[in-house]
Amino acid sequence: MEGWDPNTKSALTQIPLLSTRAGPRDGAAWTQRLKEEYRALIAYTTMNKSHDNDWFRISAANPEGTRWSGTCWYVHNLRRYEFALQFDIPVTYPATAPEIELPQLDGKTHKMYRGGKICLTVHFKPLWARNCPRFGIAHALCLGLAPWLAAEVPILVDSGVLKHKDDESTSAES
Amino acid sequence: MEEDLRSLLQDLESLKGCVSDRYRIGSIDEMKQRVVSIVNLTKSGATRRSKVKDMSAEVVDSNPYSRLMALQRMGIVQNYERIRDFSVAIVGIGGVGSVAAEMLTRCGIGRLLLYDYDTVELANMNRLFFRPDQVGMTKTDAAVQTLSDINPDVVLESYSLNITTVKGFEVFMESLKRRFSQKSGQNSGVDLVLSCVDNYEARMVVNQACNELGQTWMESGVSEDAVSGHIQLLVPGETACFACAPPLVVASGVDERTLKREGVCAASLPTTMGVVAGLLVQNALKYLLKFGHVSPYLGYNSLKDFFPTMEMRPNPQCSNNACIERQKEYLQTKPARDAAAKSKLEAESSKNEGPLHMDNEWNISVVDDSEMDSQNSCGVSGALPEGLIHELPTAEKDHGSLATEESKTVEDDLEELQRQLDALNAA
Ligand SMILES: [Zn+2]
Repeated sequence: MEGWDPNTKSALTQIPLLSTRAGPRDGAAWTQRLKEEYRALIAYTTMNKSHDNDWFRISAANPEGTRWSGTCWYVHNLRRYEFALQFDIPVTYPATAPEIELPQLDGKTHKMYRGGKICLTVHFKPLWARNCPRFGIAHALCLGLAPWLAAEVPILVDSGVLKHKDDESTSAES
Repeated sequence: MEEDLRSLLQDLESLKGCVSDRYRIGSIDEMKQRVVSIVNLTKSGATRRSKVKDMSAEVVDSNPYSRLMALQRMGIVQNYERIRDFSVAIVGIGGVGSVAAEMLTRCGIGRLLLYDYDTVELANMNRLFFRPDQVGMTKTDAAVQTLSDINPDVVLESYSLNITTVKGFEVFMESLKRRFSQKSGQNSGVDLVLSCVDNYEARMVVNQACNELGQTWMESGVSEDAVSGHIQLLVPGETACFACAPPLVVASGVDERTLKREGVCAASLPTTMGVVAGLLVQNALKYLLKFGHVSPYLGYNSLKDFFPTMEMRPNPQCSNNACIERQKEYLQTKPARDAAAKSKLEAESSKNEGPLHMDNEWNISVVDDSEMDSQNSCGVSGALPEGLIHELPTAEKDHGSLATEESKTVEDDLEELQRQLDALNAA
C-alpha cells in the first residue's frame, strides 16, 4: 500500500472483501456478486456516517445492476461541492475496475479522460489487479474517487474553474 | 464554390471594361488567371476515382495497385490480390487506429470494420489522419469519409459505440460474427482484429471477445509518456492471452520517480503513434498474406531506439474461462498439427533429395520443442527479456479463509440488501 494516505488505508481495510469472480454477463454468479457489492457498500456507507465522513450516495440505475449513479461531495474551506456521479460495470469486471465518471467536470480538468472519466493515480490499477476479485464498487470509490476529489477539488476551486453553487446564483442575480 | 469563382471572373471582366490604364488591365488579367487556376484546383479535388474490378499489375499512372502488385512480381508476396478477400476489424480509431486504417485502405484491404465511441476534437490534431474540418464528427464516420475517398474499393463499416458496456459488447460480438462472404474462419466473419485502444479496460474487452470467438488478434499500445510502444500477436489457445499475465510494456528507461505525472493524464506524439501503426500493419500484412516472420511481440523504445522481442505461452491457470477452453482445444488438435507439419516437411524433402532429408527429420522434433520452449519465450512467471516490464502485478491468491468465510454470511435476498442501502442513502 505504498503511496496511499493513512485515512484511505484505514477505510479500505474496514470494507468487507468480495469473493465471487463474476461480471454482468455471468447470470446467477453475477447476482451473487451483486449481493456482495451491496453488502460492501452498506458497510462502507455505515462506516462513513459513523465517522462523520459521509461523502457519497450511490444506487443501481437499472435492474441488472450494470449501471450505477448517484452523487458525491467534497468539503473545501467549509463549503460543500457536490457532483453527479455515474459509471457502467464493464463486461470484463472484476478483472477491470469500473471507470467512474463525473460528467459535470468534463473538460474542466486535465486529470480526466473524455466523457468525464476520472484519471486515477498510478497506484490504483496495480492495487486493483493484485486484489482481483476481492475489491468491488465500494473499494473503487474509496481508492479511486475519494483521493481524486481530495486532490482535484481544491485545485479547481482555488483556480476559479469551479464555483460554489451559492456564488453562481448570486453572481447571476447581480 | 465553383459558381462563386465563375461570377468573380465575370466581375473582373466587367471591371476590366471600365479601366483604360494598360498597367491596370494587365494586373486584372493576372487576377483572372489566378481565379481560373483555383477553379481547376477545386475541380481536381472533387474527382473521385471509380471502383476497380480486378487488381492489375499493369504499370500505368491510373492504376492504384501497380506498386503493390509489384510485390508479387518481386517474389515477396505470393498472391497479393488475396488482400481483397480479407476483413479486418480495427478497435479504437485514435492516433494508432486511424493511421492503421489508412494504411490498410491504401493496401486495398477487402473490408474494414471501425469501432470507437469518441468524436473528433481539436485536441486530436497533434496526431495524424483527422482534419480540423472533421471536428465534431464521430471518429468512425470521419474515418469512413476520408477512407472511402482514398479507396472506394474498400467496404467500410462504422460502429460508434463503447465496447466495454454490456450493450456495446453485444453489438461488437454480433458485428464480428456476421459473415460477409462464404470464406473466413469458423466462428468469426473477420480474419483479424487489431486493437488500437488506449486503455487496459478496453484491451481486456477485445481479449474477451477474441477468446470467445477463437479469433486471432493483434494488440498495440503507446505509453502514456508517448516515448515507447509495442505490438503483440494473440492467437487464443496458442499464445498467451491478454489476461494470462499482466500486460507487458516497454520500459522507457526514464526513472519513474523523475516522471512528473501530476496534472496530466497522458501525452502523445504523432511520430511514436505512426511508428507503432506501421509496425502493427506490417505484422498484419505478413500474417494475412503469409510472408516473412510474424512477430509475437515487438517493443519500441524511442529514447534508445531499442526493439525488444519475446514470445509468451498461455497460462494454464488463466482467470479467463474462454482462454482455458481455447487452450484445451489447441492441445486436442496437436496430433493433427504435428501430422500436417510432418507431411509438409516430407513433401518438401522429397523434392530435395540427399542429406537434406536428415535435417528435415530433425526439424520435426524441433517444431515440437518450439511449442514447449523457444528462445526468449516466457511462461507466466518467467524472467522477461531486457527492456520489458509488467505493467500491473498478478492477482494475489486469496487471503485464505477471510473472504470465503465472510461471503457465507451474505444475505440471500438481493431486494432486502437494496432496501438497506436505500435506507442509508435516504438518511
Ligand atoms: Zn489467458
